[in-house]
Amino acid sequence: MAATTNGNGYHVIGTRPIRHDGVDKVTGRARYGADYTFPGMLFGKVLRSPHAHALIKSIKTDKAAALPGVKAVMTSADLPQLADKMEAAGEQAVNLAHLSANILARGKVLYDGHPVAVVAATSIHIAEEALRLIEVEYEALPVVMSVEDAMKPGATILLPTLRNKEDGPDKQTNVAAHMQFKRGDVAEGFKSADFIVEREFNTAMVHQGYIEPHNAVGIYSADGHATIYCSTQGTFVVRSLCSAVLGIPEGKIKVVPAEIGGGFGGKTVVYLEPLSVLLSKATGHPVKLVMTRGEVLRATGPTSGSTIRCKMGATKDGKLVAAECWLAYEAGAFPGSPVGAGAMTIVTPYNIPNILIDAYDVVVNRPKTAAYRAPGATNAAMASETVVDELAEKCGIDPIEFRLKNASAEGTPQTVGPPFKRIGFVETLEAIKNSPHYKSKLTGPNRGRGVASGFWFNVGLQSSATVNIHTDGTVSVVTGSVDIGGTRAAQAMIVAEVLGVDINDVRPVVADTDSIGHTDVTGGSRTAFATGWAVWDAAQDALRQLKERVAKTWEKKPDEVAFDNGRFSPVSGNGVKPMTLKELAPRLARTGGPIIGRATVNARGVGPAFATMLVDVEVDPDTGKVKILRATVAQDVGKAIHPAYVEGQMQGGTAQGIGWALNEEYFYDDKGILRNTGLLDYRMPTCLDLPALETIMVEVPTPGHPLGIRGVGEVPIVPPPAAIANAIYQATGVRMLELPMAPPRLMKQILKKRAATDTQAAAAD
Amino acid sequence: MVKKVIVEAMINGDPVELLCEPRQSLLEVLRDELDMTGSKEGCLTGDCGACTVIVNGRAVCSCLMLGVEAEGATITTIEGLADGAKLHVLQQKFLEHASLQCGICTPGFLMSAKALLDHNPKPTEADIRYALAGNLCRCTGYDKIVKAVVDAAQTMLTGAGSGHGTVPRQSASEATSDMLGKGEEVK
Repeated sequence: MAATTNGNGYHVIGTRPIRHDGVDKVTGRARYGADYTFPGMLFGKVLRSPHAHALIKSIKTDKAAALPGVKAVMTSADLPQLADKMEAAGEQAVNLAHLSANILARGKVLYDGHPVAVVAATSIHIAEEALRLIEVEYEALPVVMSVEDAMKPGATILLPTLRNKEDGPDKQTNVAAHMQFKRGDVAEGFKSADFIVEREFNTAMVHQGYIEPHNAVGIYSADGHATIYCSTQGTFVVRSLCSAVLGIPEGKIKVVPAEIGGGFGGKTVVYLEPLSVLLSKATGHPVKLVMTRGEVLRATGPTSGSTIRCKMGATKDGKLVAAECWLAYEAGAFPGSPVGAGAMTIVTPYNIPNILIDAYDVVVNRPKTAAYRAPGATNAAMASETVVDELAEKCGIDPIEFRLKNASAEGTPQTVGPPFKRIGFVETLEAIKNSPHYKSKLTGPNRGRGVASGFWFNVGLQSSATVNIHTDGTVSVVTGSVDIGGTRAAQAMIVAEVLGVDINDVRPVVADTDSIGHTDVTGGSRTAFATGWAVWDAAQDALRQLKERVAKTWEKKPDEVAFDNGRFSPVSGNGVKPMTLKELAPRLARTGGPIIGRATVNARGVGPAFATMLVDVEVDPDTGKVKILRATVAQDVGKAIHPAYVEGQMQGGTAQGIGWALNEEYFYDDKGILRNTGLLDYRMPTCLDLPALETIMVEVPTPGHPLGIRGVGEVPIVPPPAAIANAIYQATGVRMLELPMAPPRLMKQILKKRAATDTQAAAAD
Repeated sequence: MVKKVIVEAMINGDPVELLCEPRQSLLEVLRDELDMTGSKEGCLTGDCGACTVIVNGRAVCSCLMLGVEAEGATITTIEGLADGAKLHVLQQKFLEHASLQCGICTPGFLMSAKALLDHNPKPTEADIRYALAGNLCRCTGYDKIVKAVVDAAQTMLTGAGSGHGTVPRQSASEATSDMLGKGEEVK
């Protein structure tokens, strides 16, 4: 047996090989969805609503259809009408009627950019011209842009059929759901507190900001089969959602994963994929649709803006005794914000005996939100980690010590679910305390240092894998997990580890939906954890069969064959020459035929993730611009299979968190029209905005996983906004209660504080 | 429809003659007329840099230039960065430093980095961050990209590997050290 258990002693795991798909990606050869072309291919383009909220009185398409080169013009009348029904879709469930109405508006448009019609033509320019010839008559309605307005009595209603349990079946509402989470008695808890801090936070809607716009090529065949090439985080979810939206059986749809240019949760749903098939079916040609950046920002992805009230109490020796939180998240035009996850993460890093959390999912005239890296948790942590910082200050305790006093550990109850198993939150705090960054001194005017932590559940879900032994002793590993950040390398490394072969003798493949068993989305930080588990099991299955063949060759029993790092040898030496996989592979035909190892998992026992960030900032006292001087993130990564790509996740998440903290936001005007529809105005961090991002990987293996893997992708986005807010406080004395902490907002607070200080000084004189 | 125009250019060392509509961007021409899909479209407004190519020695966003403007130009795209099957040092260093995750921005970064090193073979980290500030990456936080370019520059200087650019050298970038967002320990 390969002596590979948690801990040291690995040959491949923990090394940093070059990724297998790397050469294609540095030479421009890798094919992303927009790079696919097919003979006779047409180009599709979507007509989008110029109104944030309006009734569609009529759509006239005849002029557009008459334009030479136009092959089809379609609207929601060409899609089946679906009943309200929930369908699982990766990290979030979707209502199919809402999904369909988001793909092509039905009777009503609910946000600026809502698709109204779609055209297929022989060139993209003709398709664009055709859009201008479609005549849509709208009746504009009042717009509802904030959760505050949407929740007011008498608010304009977005979805006439929307109801919630509390208000009953007769009351129209914009509140899609109210969730409550309780433990202990918060009133009693606050009575025992020496210090109580209560704050209200507002965070702006932000976008995942993947560089690659959404794309799809649909090919409908005369035999009723459809093939979709697209950049998605989940081929199987595309298949099931397209099946539902189009009324085509799942088995007649094949989804081929193109390379994907970033997703961060935003490519776990469908927009263009069903339209590509609809148009292909209507025209008999392959049809390609690719969004512009403006379409991406107006009509895909974003995650919720939010209003969060957070009240926490602590005793003077620094023990948290009660937390009461109220969260309302913008769902966008249809229900389904990540407010539930926000509520279930907001105080979970801490062991607090009394909690009461209320969470509201609210529809507004903004694009339907989609998952974004630890969905809902970043907004929540901005609130709770700022309040924790303020409480630590009131108690006169260092903020890291304060967190250590209250940190969740093995056995601590979660807000929902069973108590934590072994987790590494304390270890991330200790790692920061021991870091060169923490031990360095920060001096100088207008500078401050802040810390904050983050928690994310991670998910398990289903994965499939096969491991094929080839006749030359090389191996291919096939999974259904789209590789968005280097997971192919990790899967190959697991196989190389188990079979004792060179990493370059393993080829990782991401297969289409016809060629691999069901596999859920690349999301929820699950790919290394769950698909890695399936790959481990499949490699073990292959190894078991290989040992049987060796035993057959040696005329022994399988348990008389030992295996160590690629070499088969007899358990008790009796003159048989040891054998490697390379020597055995050509003989497989003579010992029973090819070998395929296979495994599927529905992974349980997922290991939750924690990260702690330390950040130094300098605030320009004249402009309010925040410069990040130094940033270090410590994260419990379970077991780093390919440490370079684990660091990459930590750095990437941190960078997104910094963008969310300082610059990124959706600007809507009073008519609900998005004013920043390009990447000049939707301001994501550039490499001039960021310092080197220092990483500390803490390895606390997930119990029960054969390799101890813990999902690493999502949690690093959670701490930055609060950590930076806490650093800004140290630098300026101003507590920022809103995101982004862009110069105008911060400057306003700095000036307010200066005015108050001046008034006090004048009074003292 | 406007009639197509014949455009002649030198692309990746080869003379190319192509037909394009006057309204087509160079990016569209490269991708759709020449099937060179290595240059990527991220924004079409020159903000993301995913479509960066080198035109007459300068890094440009090919989405901001018309195809017809390429008449007579010498153009290097990502497809022309490697020397046959031998990777350019920058490509090799991007792989070694794990500088890409999804990879969609990688061609643009490589072309911007090449243009920088062609003009300034001894860049500081500040020079590098300044030269790459027009390229957006959403996956990596830039750290490993910057490290790869630093390493590539050093490798090319010591002669352990050489790029094969023929781009004329121009003056070094005027990036100053205060553009460097580097954490400093203050005593």
